[in-house]
Parts: sequence; structure tokens; C-alpha cells
Amino acid sequence: MNAEVRAIKTPAEQALTSAYQDARAALPGKGNVAVLRDEAFNRFEATGLPHRRVEEWKYTDLRALMRDALPLAAPADAAAKVKAKDAGKVFASVDCRRLVFVDGGFMPELSDLSAEPGLTIGSMAAALGKGDPLVAAHVGKVFETDDAAVALNTALMGDGAVIHIAAGTVLARTIHLVFASGETPSSSFIRSLIVVEKGAQAVIAESHESNASQVNCALELVIGDGAQVDYFKATQTRGLHVASLLLTVGAKAAFNTFALSSDASLVRNQSFVRFAGEGSTGALRGVNLLRGKDHVDTTMLIEHAAGHCASREQFKSVLDDQGHNVFQGKIVVKPHAQKTDTKMMTRALLLSDEAEADNKPELEIFADDVVCGHGATAGALDPGLKFYLMSRGIDDKQAEALLIQAFIGETIEEVAHEGFRDALMTAALSWLESRA
Amino acid sequence: MPAVQETVDRVRQIDVDQYKYGFVTDVESEKAPIGLSEDTVRYISAKKNEPAWMLEWRLEAFRRWLTMREPTWARVDYPKIDYQNAYYYSAPKKKPQLSSLDEVDPQILETYKKLGIPLREQEMLAGVVRKDADGNVLPERRVAVDAVFDSVSVATTFKEELKRAGVIFMPMSEAIQQHPELVRKYLGSVVPTTDNFFATLNSAVFSDGSFVYVPPGVRCPMELSTYFRINEANTGQFERTLIVADKGAYVSYLEGCTAPMRDENQLHAAVVELVTHDDAEIKYSTVQNWYPGDADGKGGIFNFVTKRGDCRGKNSKISWTQVETGSAITWKYPSCILRGDGSRGEFYSIAISNGRQQVDSGTKMIHLGKNTTSRIISKGISAGQSNNTYRGLVTAHRKATGARNFTNCDSLLIGDQCGAHTVPYIEAKNSSAVFEHEASTSKISEDMLFYCRSRGMSAEEATALVVNGFVKDVLQQLPMEFAVEAQKLISISLEGSVG
Repeated sequence: MNAEVRAIKTPAEQALTSAYQDARAALPGKGNVAVLRDEAFNRFEATGLPHRRVEEWKYTDLRALMRDALPLAAPADAAAKVKAKDAGKVFASVDCRRLVFVDGGFMPELSDLSAEPGLTIGSMAAALGKGDPLVAAHVGKVFETDDAAVALNTALMGDGAVIHIAAGTVLARTIHLVFASGETPSSSFIRSLIVVEKGAQAVIAESHESNASQVNCALELVIGDGAQVDYFKATQTRGLHVASLLLTVGAKAAFNTFALSSDASLVRNQSFVRFAGEGSTGALRGVNLLRGKDHVDTTMLIEHAAGHCASREQFKSVLDDQGHNVFQGKIVVKPHAQKTDTKMMTRALLLSDEAEADNKPELEIFADDVVCGHGATAGALDPGLKFYLMSRGIDDKQAEALLIQAFIGETIEEVAHEGFRDALMTAALSWLESRA
Repeated sequence: MPAVQETVDRVRQIDVDQYKYGFVTDVESEKAPIGLSEDTVRYISAKKNEPAWMLEWRLEAFRRWLTMREPTWARVDYPKIDYQNAYYYSAPKKKPQLSSLDEVDPQILETYKKLGIPLREQEMLAGVVRKDADGNVLPERRVAVDAVFDSVSVATTFKEELKRAGVIFMPMSEAIQQHPELVRKYLGSVVPTTDNFFATLNSAVFSDGSFVYVPPGVRCPMELSTYFRINEANTGQFERTLIVADKGAYVSYLEGCTAPMRDENQLHAAVVELVTHDDAEIKYSTVQNWYPGDADGKGGIFNFVTKRGDCRGKNSKISWTQVETGSAITWKYPSCILRGDGSRGEFYSIAISNGRQQVDSGTKMIHLGKNTTSRIISKGISAGQSNNTYRGLVTAHRKATGARNFTNCDSLLIGDQCGAHTVPYIEAKNSSAVFEHEASTSKISEDMLFYCRSRGMSAEEATALVVNGFVKDVLQQLPMEFAVEAQKLISISLEGSVG
């Protein structure tokens, strides 16, 4: 079993290669950007689509799961634009500045581009095309990784958002990146860059709704010294969604992220986070709701490169039918990152005997004065609790729903932003109600 | 929190430059020609006067091995091993027939005496009152020993008494001659010859080891033990141990190992297979103290060991206990396949790494049967410039309803040059499986801790007490010297531990 087999290229890999070759000349950006694309593509070509022998993709064998690669998305048509107006309902209850993307392409006419002091908004395609200095300074550099999905995104990146929040700016309105898809299933490679400068504060949300499309999106997020960022993401897809969050945090900064995946056929949310400055705090949380044959993979690499930082990771998943949830969390404490304080918790609730929950919380510690811990549990609903509720006249289904609500509520309640907390809870409850 | 001074001092006592067993015994030996080929395999087989089926088994493994690649997934880094530049068989030259212990080379007897392993039964029965460090009288204890020196077993004690109980305890090479039906039935049934690179290599060139068969309903009257010693330079040791506990049987088995201090690295690739039938139980304890290399990481044993137990019968139990302090590289994952309904697997481990040692160790609990339970307690302590990794897998098959697992792994770092890593894999494939993995010591059992604290103990004392109580009954199965040492290590303050 140890012999390495040199795999032949799968149809999906072949399609991606020809897509790159065909699109190469037309992709935005010349010069350094083109070099960056080529290098990234060579990296991808060398390894191919990640498969189960790649440790970070052990439970999500993309080579096997991705039968074919769909053609790159064409510019959005009128019907898709009309449909996109209704997209992003999940966060509709929060007053947001909407930036709309259809099949990865930026739609200025559907977006709210009204001016706000300290805020600059642009499209990635335009920025790459004109050699924007902000993009040149950060794209591909926020968190360097060998990951094949990130490499593929860099090679084929089309459009996305470029947002700059100037030092000391406190954004008045939440920014909501609305990603919608057209009628025809296609593949899109979205790349966004958000730079939150020193002492600035921002709330950013991202929602993805798509049909059978294949979406590979990456967000590079730079959080400057003393900045504060809340980031929320909701994903619904009937196709494939591979998302990479590449995040660097400066000193004395704070951030919170929350990801909700429900009705998600095949989702991989991977985060690469680096604490680069001392005294910062960060929390990553999420809830995954799975049924049918949904497969949701949450993978993260949290790197503590500076001391005196605290991070919290808390993830819950509810699995019905043949749902398959994967959690892989790796915390790395670099030498001299003393006084690091981390706590990772992942819990899976299995409602069906055919569901599968795989947890891999990892620690890699090279400093001796730290407090790091992780916990992982998997199990069914407590029949004792259910019996108690039923003995109080609550029927079977409702008792179950209440217990599930309490289970995921524990994590959602941690969200400090009231509007998003309510929106996330409402979304989770509607998933629960739709359970037959 | 950083480690407390007491802990630092205790770990210092077992630092690499304090290695006590680094002497070499000067005995004439007979070696296979250097290198590894089919001829080496044939040579070893011929030396052991093995039947044709055994040679064929070895050759098949060897051919398979040639097609395999050395695994690289473990968190260990070592120079490439030149498999052609080592001896695969080395035996002390001996008189043609050994009928009693008196004929064993006195040099070898002296070696074991120096190591504190008595091979003379009368010495063990002499009734010397033994006392522990605090002056308490220790209970009289009898242990049957199989002493393996390089590639051969030089002595096995208490054979007669064990025979009366029906227990078979003999070197593997003799078992192949005397009980071929049992060996053929069980050898390779837990760790097949195709299992992994090092196990396959072992299948091809294993020289000796212990064979234990405990018949139905028999509780083995004494503890069995094997003491492995590598003496010869540039020699690998490849032993193979097979322990079978038939229905309702019980056996406790101990394993100890040491090697001389040398500048070169030596390979130790063992395979241990355990089989328990209905209601049987095997307790397997190891105190691994191979030469760890010097403070600069020069020399030391590469310890690549495959240990696996198969709980084949209903309500059977396998318990692994290991205290790991030696070896330059440790690559070892004692596992349990919980096949029988209601079977139980346990893994208790203390791994201490110093100097430039690298430890990648852990366990696999594979739940296949219904209502199977497993428990993993692992403590890693790293000091110096060492790296200590816990790597474990807990998985419940679709049909393993009611599977339960509890895992707790703590690590402690002493100094800022070392690393501690935890890589657990937890795979639940049915809803009635309940898996708990925790790395935070305060979570052992809040109730127990609360009780202790309400009686006036500090949080740390209470935690130590709970952990000790948890592991104690297994540690008591270790030879007393080891148990005392291990207990000290366990009682090491939990202050400053990380997941």
C-alpha cells in the first residue's frame, strides 16, 4: 500500500488544464500577474486535484468527487441579473451595503456603491487589469500555501471584490458580498482581497447560493494592528463549493468569523490564519447542517507566529441521512510564541446510522509556556433528554428539533453581532423546520 | 504554564546522557553475511532449521517488501537507512545443545544480571526481601523470562511449571518446530505479511521472539516476560511475538529492551500480534529503553514497531501499557481491532523524549463489533530538542452500534527547543457511537475533581489523583521496579500540560 501510484489525469484535471490554456490570454492581468498565474498553475499541475493521500484532503477526495470540470462561466445574462436581485436573503434582515456577483462576475449596476469616507470598493478583474498597487502588494502573499485548490484559484482567478478600509475608519454599514449563480451550471474562480488598515473596524458578510455550479473562491483578508473585523459566511449549493480564507492578523487586533453551511452538496471551507502580531484575539466558529448526501468539510490551519494571542475555534455539525461532515483543525504554535492560549472544540450530532463524522483536531506546539487544548465528540441525541421533553407533552419531532436547536444554539449564541446572530439562527431554524 | 521544577528534575534523571545500559558484552558471535537478499532470508530460515512452509512465507514477504516504499507520513526525520549495510542475523556462538542454564555463556548471564534480569529460577525463588524506595516490603513476585540476545533467544525460564498449567511459552523458533499447527494458524493473522513496510521486512527476516499460547480457561500462573537486548554492532533486531489467549484465558506479558551506546544507528523492527478469543484477556506492557543516542543525536536505535491486537471473541479484552523513554526514533502504534461484540481495548502510554529523540506514537482503536469500548490515555513529555507526537485513530464501523471511546492525551513541554504534537483521527460512522476526545486535563471528570476538591485538595492534586487512580491498576502489572519508576512519571505534576 506504500507504493505511490502516479495517477493518470482525470477528465476533470484534463478539462482544467485545457480551460487554463484556452483562457490564459484573456484572463485579467499581465506581467507579474501572468507570472503568478503560471507559477500557480504549474504547482497545481504537479500535484493534480487533491486526493485522499494528501493528508489535508484525506476525507474529501476531490479527485474522486469531481467527475468533470465545467466550462468557465460566461458573462451573466439578463435573467440571471434579475434573479440575483433576490439573492442573499439569508442576511436580508441586516442593513447591508450589497455588492452583487453573478457567476463570479461583479455587477456594479446591482451593487450599492455609494461613497463612504475611508472605504474604497473595486472589482478584482479591473484591479488586476490595471495593475492596482494594493492588489500587487497582497494577492498571493497574505498566506502562502501549497494547497492545490488555492493554486488553482490563483491560476484562474477572474473577478471578485477588492475592498480597502483606511486606517481608523469605523464602517457605518456592513458590507455584504452576494454571490449568485446563473441558470447554466458553470465553473468560476473568485478572488477577493479585503485590507482593513490599522485601527479600522468592519463587519463583512458573504453569502453563496448556487445551482450545480463549481465555485472555487478565495478571500485574502489582511487585518492591521488594532483593527476589528467580524466576518460571516453562509453557503448553499447544489454543486461544488471550495472556499479558502487566507488571513493575516496584526498586533492587538480582534476578529470573529462564522460560517454556516446548510443544504450544501459538496462544500470545503478551508481557512489559513496567521497571528503575526502580539496580543491579538480571534475566534472561528461555524455550524454545518447536513442531510441527503451532503458533504461538508471544514479545515483550518491556525498559525500562532507571535506570542500573547488567543484563539478559539468552535464548530458544530448536525448530520442526517447520509451526511458526511469533516472537521480538520490544526493549531501550530511556533517557537517563541509564548503565552499562546488556544481552545478548539468540535462536536458532531449524528441523527442517522448512515451519517459519518470525521474529526481531526491537531496540535503542533513548539513553545513551552502555552495553554492549548482541543476536544472532539461525536454521538447521537441523548434519549434521556428527549424522554424528558416528551414526558412534558412535546411530540417526538418537536423534542428532537428543540434539542438540535439547543445544540447548535450554543455556538450561534456566541456571535456578538445581534443582527447576524438572529439571521443565522433563523436560517438554522428554517433548515430544522424543513426536515421531514 | 511552564513545567514545575520537580518535573524538570525527574525528566533530567532519565536524560539521554544518563543511559545506564550502554555497555557492550564481548561474546563471539555468528552473523549472516552483511546485506539483505533472498539468500539472507534463506540463511536465517536454514539456521533455524525451519520447515519449507515457513521459508516460503518469509520469501513471499521479502518479494513483497521489495515493491514497497518506506512510509514518510510520521513526524520523524532520520537519515536514509541503508538496508544493505547491516547484519540481519547475529547469534552468540554456542555449544551444540543447551540442556540447562549452566551451559549458557556466562558472559551473557552476566549481561542480564547487570541489566537486573535474573535468569536463574532459584534466584527468583530465593526469597530475598525486596524493598521499594520508601522501604516498604514488596510482595514476592515470579516472572517467567524469555531472554532474547540479538537474533536468538538464549534462555527461557519456568518452562516446566508453565507446561504443567498448559501454557506454552517458548522462543518463536522452537514454537515453529514444536507447535507448527498453532503458529501456522495465528502467525500473520493479525499483522499480515503485506501490512506495512517495516512489518513486511520483519516477516521476511525475523529471527526470534516469544510465542505464548494460553489454553481455554487457564489463567497463566505467573507473568511472562521477554527481555530484548541488542548487543552486536551494525545489527538489526527483528523479533516476532505472538500471544494467543484462548477462550476465557488470561495472561499478562511484559517486554523490556536495552542496547549498548554506539555512534551508529541500529534498526529494530518488531512485530507483535495478540489474539484473544471469547472472554479472554491479554495485558501487554512494555518498558522501552533502547539507547536513545547521545545529546547531539548521534547514534541510537530506530524503533519501528508494529503491534496489534485482535479481540476476536466476544467480551475479550486487550490492554496495552507502554512506558517509552528510549530510542532515537520511535514509530509505534499498538492497536486493537475490536471485532468481538462487547470487546474492550485499552491503551495507556507515557512517552518521554529527551535530547534529540523523536517519538511518533499512539494507537488505533477499530470498533467493528457491537457494544465495544475503548479507552486511550496518553501522556507525552518532551524536553531538550526532542519532538513527541501522539497519533491516534478511533473509528466505528457502520455495524459497530453502541461503540464507546474515551481519549485523553496530554503533553508537557520542558524548555523552548522541543515540540509536542497531537494528531487524533476520530471517525464515527453510526449514530450510536459515542466518542469523546479531550486534551484538557480539567475535563477528566468534573464530578470527581469536585469531590476531591471539596475534601480540601488542590485542583492539581485532585487531577493527579484521578489520573493515577485511572492508570494505577495497569501500572501495577509492570515489574515493580518499572512500576515505581512509571508511577513517578505519571505523578509528574500536570501543571503546565497542553493538549
